[in-house]
Amino acid sequence: MHPAFSVIAFTTLSGAGYGLLLWAGGLILLPALQGRAPANGATVLLWGVLLVLGLVLTTAGLLSSMLHLGKPGRAWRAFSQWRTSWLSREGVFAVATALVVVAMLALLGVGIAGALPTGLWIAMPALAAIMVLLSLCTIASTAMIYASLKPIPAWRHPLVLPGYFVFAILTGWLVLMALVNWSALSDETLGVILLVTFALAIVAGVLKLVYWHRIDRQPLGATRADAVGLPGREVDVFERPNTQANYINKEMGHVLARKHARPLRFIALVLFAAVPMVASWLAWANPELAGPVFTLGALLALAGTLVERWLFFAQARHLVTLYY
Amino acid sequence: MTDLPPPSKKKLGLVIDLDTCVGCHACAVSCKEWNAGGFAAPLTDEQPYGKDPAGVWFNRVHSYEVAPTQGCASSPTPQPAMTLHFPRSCLHCETPACVTVCPTGASYKRAEDGIVLVDEDKCIGCKLCSWACPYGAREYSEVEGVMKKCTLCIDRIYNENLAEAERQPACVQACPTRARHFGDLGDPESKVSRLVAERGGVDLLPQLGYQPVNKYLPPRPRRTGEAATAAPQDETLDTAALPPMLRWLDRVLSR
Repeated sequence: MHPAFSVIAFTTLSGAGYGLLLWAGGLILLPALQGRAPANGATVLLWGVLLVLGLVLTTAGLLSSMLHLGKPGRAWRAFSQWRTSWLSREGVFAVATALVVVAMLALLGVGIAGALPTGLWIAMPALAAIMVLLSLCTIASTAMIYASLKPIPAWRHPLVLPGYFVFAILTGWLVLMALVNWSALSDETLGVILLVTFALAIVAGVLKLVYWHRIDRQPLGATRADAVGLPGREVDVFERPNTQANYINKEMGHVLARKHARPLRFIALVLFAAVPMVASWLAWANPELAGPVFTLGALLALAGTLVERWLFFAQARHLVTLYY
Repeated sequence: MTDLPPPSKKKLGLVIDLDTCVGCHACAVSCKEWNAGGFAAPLTDEQPYGKDPAGVWFNRVHSYEVAPTQGCASSPTPQPAMTLHFPRSCLHCETPACVTVCPTGASYKRAEDGIVLVDEDKCIGCKLCSWACPYGAREYSEVEGVMKKCTLCIDRIYNENLAEAERQPACVQACPTRARHFGDLGDPESKVSRLVAERGGVDLLPQLGYQPVNKYLPPRPRRTGEAATAAPQDETLDTAALPPMLRWLDRVLSR
């Protein structure tokens, strides 16, 4: 499949954004679930920063996805077909999530100004729970756009949906770390961060390695003979229907990445799995470096996710290529 | 709405005879000609007179070489090698994924006759429908920014300004070997349905479950046995069997 850069950037950025919102939701919900009082001013400020950054990342992703449309001015129509279309559902969930985040930011703003009655602080964890649910639905819808396409077996693979969740949670976590590590954290906290980063990076790395291993050995599920209605016969291309490339060749017949798959997979794996592990270890060993190290690590991991998404597109074979 | 309508009684579609198709591309060309001014107009090209012309076509005719077989799923008897010309176009599926993935409602299947169409005024050009189609039936127009597809010539088949004999898709009208047939595949008594039953018409990639309405008639089995499959022998001439005049000529010319 042809990897359109706007779509790759969109799934990477919005994945990190929704992952960040998931972690922000967790940070807001945790004290409420433990029955603790609303946190102090600095924590409330951190909530605000996380929500704003999550909103910026997800919105940037969605705007980027509009760049690949032929008629971006009509994009509002894409909210209408949520009953059958995962793309439409993704749009509806994304807008719903954004509205909840805006409501939470408004509540925070009023709360920080001191005008909020204490009773209304109850609304914050409730909204956070809704935001977490909607973020999960949005990530799932993004994955299902691909996982529901029968002509592309590599996208139908059962690891595609968990993959989108794992990458959202990993990149969201790294963005969160890039923010919080600029303030001095205790050694104990840095130890926990080290463990969580290692766990997420290893899960993401193993999941991707298994996925790549499987799709390399997965048959296309049909032969050229099936495609022309002569199952069992040996059918070779004698003459193509067109002398110049057409839309089908350009969009579905992308072969560049399959040729360079091995080095690109290695680069992706180093950037999204090894780099965060090294960063968290460096931060744990030298706490004064934690801020810059995690910021650089998060940026490199996002770049690695971009490469991984590019491979996800470019390596997927579409059944229509059987005809060519 | 991209919800599929309940299955229609009438299922208009094409039956394509791979036995008689000679790969002349007349269907593709006449389709391009009619649809450049019809319902789905314009059928745009990029650099049509330039070095690297490309454009939207609803029909594409592939040619394949099919190896001989000693018998297989689709040919129980041994078959010699052959050329296969294969016109590819929209199959107007019963359960088309291209319709249900559409986020805007621009893609739809008509409830009355099952024809799958694009409302180009609603299409946002996200290309998802083309990803969902394994048959490559949909082509995106870079020039217009919307998706294009075969309309089964709805502007011909119901066109009362045309003589009744011409109320069929342009590709069917143009085919010089009558390899393309148009009709109602929902009616088991229609000419096309009987043709499919008689010739063992097949669905393409039935395992995907899109239930194409269009059917393809596989090539009729070729003659089998020694004469058809054996390679030609080296030529030998038994001069003793020739009449005297020719035997003399052979001797003179052989010197």
